[in-house]
Amino acid sequence: MSKCRSCGDAAVVDLPRHNANFCAEHLQQLCVRQVQRAIADHSMFETDARVLVAVSGGKDSLALWDMLVDLGYRADGLYIGLGIGEYSEESHRITSVFAEERGLTLHTVDLRQEHGFDIPTAARATRRVPCSACGLSKRHIFDRETIRLGYDVLATGHNLDDEAAVLLGNTIRWDVEYLTRQYPVLEAGHGFPRKVKPLVRLTEREMAAWCVVRGIDYVVEECPMAIGNRHSGYKETLNQLDERSPGTKASFYLGFLDRMVPVLRTGPDRQGAPESCPTCGAPSSSSDTACSFCRLEATASSHEPVPVRMVLNRSARRAFDAQWGEEEA
Amino acid sequence: MIVRLRQPRREVEMAGGRAAHAVLHDLGLSREGHLIIRNGTLVPSDTMLEEGDIVEIRPVISGG
Repeated sequence: MSKCRSCGDAAVVDLPRHNANFCAEHLQQLCVRQVQRAIADHSMFETDARVLVAVSGGKDSLALWDMLVDLGYRADGLYIGLGIGEYSEESHRITSVFAEERGLTLHTVDLRQEHGFDIPTAARATRRVPCSACGLSKRHIFDRETIRLGYDVLATGHNLDDEAAVLLGNTIRWDVEYLTRQYPVLEAGHGFPRKVKPLVRLTEREMAAWCVVRGIDYVVEECPMAIGNRHSGYKETLNQLDERSPGTKASFYLGFLDRMVPVLRTGPDRQGAPESCPTCGAPSSSSDTACSFCRLEATASSHEPVPVRMVLNRSARRAFDAQWGEEEA
Repeated sequence: MIVRLRQPRREVEMAGGRAAHAVLHDLGLSREGHLIIRNGTLVPSDTMLEEGDIVEIRPVISGG
């Protein structure tokens, strides 16, 4: 029987990067300490801040919300209905139950109801990769709602694996602009709220383990539109390196924060755009043309609704059918 | 023992008496990308899995 490094009781999880096993209690202690350290090291927010957590129904965002509330922060949730078939319905149900059971405030924006389109339709209508249409829509709505509802900061559930995968992609392309901006805090700027990522010191596996030991029901299945995307490929590659040499992934990303960011950056990264969108008022590169989200909305909302299955590649469609059935075919 | 897998969701019958990390290896799955839940309880990957166990191998990677 493996024993917890901290107390000697039966362990529930092995964490090779720490060369240790942990029981449920000390796994939670480790996770909380890492979040507290991230918040403190990067001056993310003060104890009395009003925090809006971007929640998806997945393990990371629900774990983040759970931790912040447990730590005594005033944290509410914002869920966006993306219209990705049964996957979105399940995500919304799980997120709503999580909030109701804990008496938490959950704000909801439904893309189809409020903007006349969903992500599968946006992807087809604009010929964008689904994750691109999704990311654009989520960023726009999270920014807008954080400011509109008067929150001090938007917190997202990006974890160490997410950031290491983005870093690997940015490094492979030597995208210096993105490398310079890759940081767990984005300062508020013209039309943009302050954004923070308190989970950057915790891996995806640690977050999933947190949810299991805390009894948090979350959507285990991957978004059908993200299966096999490049981001997942980078994560798998980093995990292969970590299997051979535990801690590589953490060293890659946390070392970047400690040693490379000071070289790349000359000051706080303020978000900003010189103009405002003439349609919605959001930050935009030009006051003459609509912002990216408004252009997406204009094209997608005039398109016939597209079922999820129609925008999946063959392997993603097989996984989708096995998980959700073929009702939409 | 019964091993439950995801993406796509399926079940496979495997011989017991082996460590969880060996089962992961045989299935071509990484330890860092998965959790092992035996009979409803999270366990470390050096845990011996036995005949009669119901084992969930839960992926943790999300691509969003």
